[in-house]
Amino acid sequence: MSDVAERVKKIVVEHLGVEEAKVTENASFIDDLGADSLDTVELVMAFEEEFGCEIPDDAAEKILTVKDAIDFISKAA
Amino acid sequence: MFDLTGKTALITGASGGIGGAIAKALHQAGATVAIHGTRREALDALAAELGERVHVLPANLSKGEEVEQLAKDAEAALGGLDILVNNAGITKDGLVLRMKDEDWEAVLNVNLTAAFRLCRAAIKGMMKRRSGRIINITSIVGVTGNPGQVNYCASKAGMIGMTKSLAQEVASRNVTVNAVAPGFIATAMTDELNDEQKARINGQIPAGRMGSAEEIAAAVLYLASAEAAYVTGQTLHVNGGMAMI
Repeated sequence: MSDVAERVKKIVVEHLGVEEAKVTENASFIDDLGADSLDTVELVMAFEEEFGCEIPDDAAEKILTVKDAIDFISKAA
Repeated sequence: MFDLTGKTALITGASGGIGGAIAKALHQAGATVAIHGTRREALDALAAELGERVHVLPANLSKGEEVEQLAKDAEAALGGLDILVNNAGITKDGLVLRMKDEDWEAVLNVNLTAAFRLCRAAIKGMMKRRSGRIINITSIVGVTGNPGQVNYCASKAGMIGMTKSLAQEVASRNVTVNAVAPGFIATAMTDELNDEQKARINGQIPAGRMGSAEEIAAAVLYLASAEAAYVTGQTLHVNGGMAMI
């Protein structure tokens, strides 16, 4: 498991207050982890802060699962 | 009731009559306040009067980078912002045919754009902490209009629309966003009016007198309090009955 994946999962756990076991790579933020639209915006901002990268709106819209986030950040960073 | 002990507040335009009264009211209720303005001496005088639990943060709100810096400075000085009061405002009156683009832009910039920027900056921390209060000081003329003030009225009406939209965006995070719309308020500016002008104004007000800055501050204090948790997206008109809307 990459360092990016660990850090992404940590942010998701902290932000959404869900159990670590639930944060699998295929978990959908909204469908599986109970996030609402505001949560997803906050998550994207938290990722930007953590990884020092910018996630444009059109890319952010496509980040629906934990894996989407890890893939985007791995490419961007 | 209306205890703000342990809370922090940023009040823009606190060197003016209404802003100063708001700062005093929130401070008196126990809040630590950051007072913003453009006139340093007036802010220092207010700070001296308040004594402790006060930070002075001058900034020019017509400059975007100074607005962003103000948000950061307030967050740093206060250790997190609980209450934001967007009170700063300017006028550059004139009939529309003679109004310059600069006059339009200057008023929109300070009254509306700076307020938007401060809201955006403050919301971040408030959402994280799952609590916060934003109070935008608009004006009765933002609802009724006023000849000679297309720019000012547009900015104040804009604040009301912004307040309602923002309130809907952040309500689920226990952050409330409201507006207070003063009518005619007695300030240094209205002191310059002659008796005849004052009589004419008072004739339009069912209460028969101008309001005081303290009466606006009381409305802000209520909206900033824990007791007002279920009030959001509203505009509280404080105008002696001059307009009932």
